[in-house]
Amino acid sequence: MFVLVEMVDTVRIPPWSFHRHLNDAIAEELNKKLANKVVFNVGLCVCLHDITQLEDSYIFPGDGASHTKVHFRYVVFRPFLDEILVGKIKGCSAEGVHVSLGLFDDIVIPPESLQQPAKFDEAEQVWVWEYETDEGAHDLYMDQGEEIRFRVVDEVFIDTSPSGPGAEKEGPSAAAAPPAEPEDKQAPYTLVGSVSEPGLGLLSWWNS
Amino acid sequence: MGITRDSNAAMLSNYEVYQLLTELKEKRKEMVKNKHSVGQQNLNTIMYETLKYLSKTPCAHQNPDTVKEFLTAMLPHKLTKAEKLQLLNHRPQTAVEIQLMVEESEERLTEEQIDELIQKVTHVLPGDPQKEGSAGPEMETDQ
Repeated sequence: MFVLVEMVDTVRIPPWSFHRHLNDAIAEELNKKLANKVVFNVGLCVCLHDITQLEDSYIFPGDGASHTKVHFRYVVFRPFLDEILVGKIKGCSAEGVHVSLGLFDDIVIPPESLQQPAKFDEAEQVWVWEYETDEGAHDLYMDQGEEIRFRVVDEVFIDTSPSGPGAEKEGPSAAAAPPAEPEDKQAPYTLVGSVSEPGLGLLSWWNS
Repeated sequence: MGITRDSNAAMLSNYEVYQLLTELKEKRKEMVKNKHSVGQQNLNTIMYETLKYLSKTPCAHQNPDTVKEFLTAMLPHKLTKAEKLQLLNHRPQTAVEIQLMVEESEERLTEEQIDELIQKVTHVLPGDPQKEGSAGPEMETDQ
């Protein structure tokens, strides 16, 4: 579920933080910049793992702050392809079942990847697995709040950096994974899941 | 803007991330003043949510020794790193779960081997003491 990512960046420490231990000040700046944010093609950054190398700090004319090039490793949430995960059903819509992991919300299981045959109950806005046995068909509802085991089949990264001037769109904040906001907001990182194998789906379906 | 030198330097088990976050939480408790500044909100949020999620998984009951023991126990089965990681993170208790996590398990593992895997996993990796105390794992026969 988590990977270690090696990164390099220049960290700016303002003069009022000079009294602090350099490592701590840098760790705080890096966490401020990256924690809970999605980096394009990398994943959702969680927290700093360690600093591997600190280069010399420089002070540039006109700016009293010090600039330090830092090599560090960051813990990033990025499930690998075909990984099995357990999450909670956030809700269902015509697009499929929306699952959340608490730390990460944008997981969707499209209708074709549900246990077949599946139908969408419009009245209750919930997807149902019409499970056939010899005795007849059971309707298994995928209710909100239920724990669900699914396989990650695809990941989608969308670059949400602000578009330049002259574009119609009001640029959303660069590299942020915000909660649901007005229509235009696209999730920078989405996972596509599947529950179409034996063992996948609501945990209650498979726990005898 | 940062440069990513290696976007997949290493895979981390849930236990390692859980350890890291718990230690970070302890350290931050001492620095009360900084925690609440605007910039630290994101870190607080992601730490809280991740710890909340991970504390409900088997990794919350693991320690470095059990993880080492688990990896040694897995050696004879010739599993890939990803498969061992999933077994470590999920602690499967049924054959169905093993088949999900191990690729082409029908060809690579016989039924006895799958059972052996389940036994090893449930034996070496600690489970949730509350759940196991009252209900008992599915394998055990009551009385």
